[in-house]
Amino acid sequence: MVNVKINGIPVEVAEGTTVLQAAKEVGIYIPTLCYHPDLTPFASCGMCVCKQENNNKMLRACSTPVHEGLSVITDDPELFEVRKAILEMTLSTHPNSCLTCIRNGNCELQTLAAKFGIREQPFESRVSKIRADTSSPSIVLDPHKCIKCGRCVQVCQELQGVFALDFIGRGDSTVMSPAANLKLNDSPCVKCGQCIVHCPVGAIYEKDETAELRKAIADPNKVVAVQMAPSVRVGISEEFDLPVGTVSTGRLYAALRKIGVDLVFDTNFGADLTIMEEGSELVKRLTTEGSVLPQFTSCCPGWVDYCEKFYPELNENLSTAKSPMMMQGAITKTYYSQVSKTDPKTIYSVALMPCTAKKFEIKRNDTMKSSGYDDVDLVLTTREIARLFRANGIDFAALKEEECDSPIGEYTGAGTIFGNTGGVMEAAVRTAYHLVTGDELEDVNVTSVRGLDGVKKGVVDMEGTKIRVAVVNGLANVKEVCDEVLAAKKANKPAPYDFIEVMACRGGCIAGGGQPYGTDDKVRQERIAGLYSDDEKSTYRKSHENPSIQKIYSDFLSEPLSHKAHSLLHTTYTKRKKYNV
Amino acid sequence: MSENKIEFSPELVVFIDEWRDKPGNLIMVLHKVQSEFGYVSREAADEVSKQLDIPFAKIWGVLTFYHFFKLTKPGDYNIQVCMGTACYLKGGDAIVDEIGNLLNLEVGGITDDGKFSLEAVRCIGCCGLAPVMTIGGEVFGKVTKNQIPGILKKFA
Repeated sequence: MVNVKINGIPVEVAEGTTVLQAAKEVGIYIPTLCYHPDLTPFASCGMCVCKQENNNKMLRACSTPVHEGLSVITDDPELFEVRKAILEMTLSTHPNSCLTCIRNGNCELQTLAAKFGIREQPFESRVSKIRADTSSPSIVLDPHKCIKCGRCVQVCQELQGVFALDFIGRGDSTVMSPAANLKLNDSPCVKCGQCIVHCPVGAIYEKDETAELRKAIADPNKVVAVQMAPSVRVGISEEFDLPVGTVSTGRLYAALRKIGVDLVFDTNFGADLTIMEEGSELVKRLTTEGSVLPQFTSCCPGWVDYCEKFYPELNENLSTAKSPMMMQGAITKTYYSQVSKTDPKTIYSVALMPCTAKKFEIKRNDTMKSSGYDDVDLVLTTREIARLFRANGIDFAALKEEECDSPIGEYTGAGTIFGNTGGVMEAAVRTAYHLVTGDELEDVNVTSVRGLDGVKKGVVDMEGTKIRVAVVNGLANVKEVCDEVLAAKKANKPAPYDFIEVMACRGGCIAGGGQPYGTDDKVRQERIAGLYSDDEKSTYRKSHENPSIQKIYSDFLSEPLSHKAHSLLHTTYTKRKKYNV
Repeated sequence: MSENKIEFSPELVVFIDEWRDKPGNLIMVLHKVQSEFGYVSREAADEVSKQLDIPFAKIWGVLTFYHFFKLTKPGDYNIQVCMGTACYLKGGDAIVDEIGNLLNLEVGGITDDGKFSLEAVRCIGCCGLAPVMTIGGEVFGKVTKNQIPGILKKFA
């Protein structure tokens, strides 16, 4: 332990603690701009400069570890002037377009400018004129708003291991961009959107498609059917100042009806369906001689894109089951349209997702049109639907909870926990146990696969049948597991695992690239806790026990992996180039 | 990635092997690639990325950070005009403009026939001769605007 003083207040902290963290422990706020708790301090902005007692050198609080006897002054008139000057210089290269910016009211630079009471611009404005890159179906890169903090590059490289972005050029003309003047859509980008949720300003943002939903609602010839992903119900609460982790399922249904949506469905039903197909596929692979193992989950489009680009040799290991969103879309335009006698041509199928990669997924190949139409017509992120609700004057927090529309809305707790790391594995184990043994799992809580560790490994015992599992979150962590699987495959050795869950974003979809800003590990844990509390409250906690799932199989699909199930609920994978041109 | 494959000389391949696991290998290898080809093409950068297992974007970040690295093929005769302090004060920019006008070239560009390329460089170490330019390694000092057509003719 190390003894230090912050503004004269003594505090004992662990070795390696930074000045910023030590100050936080005694309740002292030091302004930061480039710093983000998910990332290694990069110290590019200088906002967190502090003074030391008996030493003239200023230090950067975010990146300076404490040492015995260190005495730090975090605020005085000179430090205020230094920080204000840094802010003014940053603002001199930033456009004054706050009113029309997607981050208006939710921008870290704007917040700091307000806090510091910036009223003038003493430095000549020099804003880069580089045009926005709108090539990606998910993400817009707008370099002229970039403050060059480097968070997006760090996230893309350190957390995700994708390396689509780097610092290109030097000095004034540096841009956070793909290599070789390429467009984002031609780069290895997997569209996870983690760069968006880590950007402090409006330099990277989701492709906003709220206008498309408005148009569809206004069209009298369209039946607008909306499904919502597990983690949207927990993420959206923060957009309306409800406590982090609040589950807003019923309010979300109500809000959708208020803005004129015709049919409210739930992706959780699709998640239960995914478990039936993916679980059955796993059992088939485990019991059929010569099958390809391990089986990887395929619900996460960021991970699927990554696998197709970085590990195409493992495409055959990906479960052929579509994601819950795509399954829900397919049955909306087939099963539901039959049952309700609605012409599928008139159905406009919308998915609310915590994810920007989902905007790409709906067009990733022809199997996404299994109903004969686009199975999902539009994807909106949690942030986009919240924006639409706000613009429509929805008082979200005050809404009375409503129910989902049947028969493709009823879901189990297993469907809910699809939204967090370990959740797909846990849901699969609950049903696979039944498929393998014919019995029911007594304690449905598979706690060994929960938590924020990047790679979790374990063995699940199904009455003697041992299933070796791994759960990965944060794409940079998947390399270790993929390399292990690939090495065994190349050496003709037995596979090191049977079943592997991968979610591209740290913590899973609850912290996806389409979720509210301000995510750190504390927020992640609270959102996860919200989903588990919903799971615990559920009448059914195993996908195969969902009466609506049983009904869709008896009335429509006949059985998991049937011919019909294959044509509607399964997909294919292809090798993709990291760079398109 | 572009389909155009690039062939590295046996010497370069040995060099890369030697440096594969050493710290700072990327800069060393890129220097060597530039000395072999006169510039670092996208194809060459891609090959280095594969050889050293370093992501392509990281390599491009390094290439665009250092002015030393050239990303486009220089002409048969590379014209370097010094824009160091002394040469700049003695009218180096007028020299650049005049060459640009005569050859229809911008700084960093190459003529359509691939003969000349034009670069503005920092001090080349002979300030007494300011303003200075070099063509294909040959140095011309105390250059005036009027001399330029004659100098260029020597290489035409």
